[in-house]
Amino acid sequence: MARTNYSRTLETNLQNASQHSSHAPGTPEIHVLAVDDSIIDRKVIERLLKTSFYKVTSVDSALRALEVLGIEDGHSPSTANNFEVNMIITDYCMPEMTGYDLLKKVKENAGLKEIPVVIMSSENVPTRIERCLEEGAKEFIIKPVQLEDVKRLGEHIMNAMNKNSGVACSKRKLELEDCQSRKSANRRPHIRGLRVIA
Amino acid sequence: MDVAKLQRQHVDLTHALFKEGFLDDQFTQLQQLQDSTNPDFVAEVVALFFEDTDRLLSELTRALEQDPVDYKKVDAYVHQFKGSSSSIGAHRVKVVCITFRTCCDEGNRQGCWQALQQVKHEFILIKSRLEVLLQLEQQILAAGGEIPFME
Repeated sequence: MARTNYSRTLETNLQNASQHSSHAPGTPEIHVLAVDDSIIDRKVIERLLKTSFYKVTSVDSALRALEVLGIEDGHSPSTANNFEVNMIITDYCMPEMTGYDLLKKVKENAGLKEIPVVIMSSENVPTRIERCLEEGAKEFIIKPVQLEDVKRLGEHIMNAMNKNSGVACSKRKLELEDCQSRKSANRRPHIRGLRVIA
Repeated sequence: MDVAKLQRQHVDLTHALFKEGFLDDQFTQLQQLQDSTNPDFVAEVVALFFEDTDRLLSELTRALEQDPVDYKKVDAYVHQFKGSSSSIGAHRVKVVCITFRTCCDEGNRQGCWQALQQVKHEFILIKSRLEVLLQLEQQILAAGGEIPFME
């Protein structure tokens, strides 16, 4: 069950963190699944995510994402999330199956619905954004995705992990690896659920 | 080769590219993601962009040669191109893509052809400039220097 998986993972990885991870000791192992049909965007999002998270799997379609999540046709929900995905970040506009459809499939599945899902889109369409948030997306990010956006995502993962493991989260902070980026003097405007372009 | 001179050239070229609107802040974001553990990141993304653009330009040409033109298909390709150019910070290419999409919405064949020519032209311009910039970076690194970043 998802609850057991998350708490076991959190515990084990906290013990092993210093051995396996290049991140600060005590940082849990985080696995993010990135979905985007653009090869350039996949490359960029992978690099962005790796500055903050330990493991990134990127796929080029929602169908491939479903395979990774273990809910492609024929698989029972109990085998879902064998790859221990902690967050899904997906492009909205993709051929065959959109990010929205993927979001719905994840939220409909008992074993996966707790995984935070973030939607990315190059188009700022309010009705689209609303739909996604209503369906349970944690955030809707307008592309191009930037380092600031990624640094903020850690919160959603920690909330989900702590919710599942029952560990108090007030003192535990996700150590985010500092990147070359200079600290911006002004914080980019942000509304929970929507990244606003200044 | 004199490292300082190469670095100066790099700074001047980068400055010009931003000033002339060839590149925007997104390119800076990519540069900031490059470090000792990912020393070729920018070059790799740029290479992918060049390849992907060649593919898209072929598809666009072919799609516009059809009779009748499937504007939805053309628009889908332009949408992809707009996305990739935006992700890399290729500002002028992105701007032409926006016009291109309007022509698709209007079913304006002539407009689409013109936009295609324009976008091909802009791509040639940014490609040659990026190639020079990346070559300068290789030379700087080979001479033992560090790549200067825009602040």
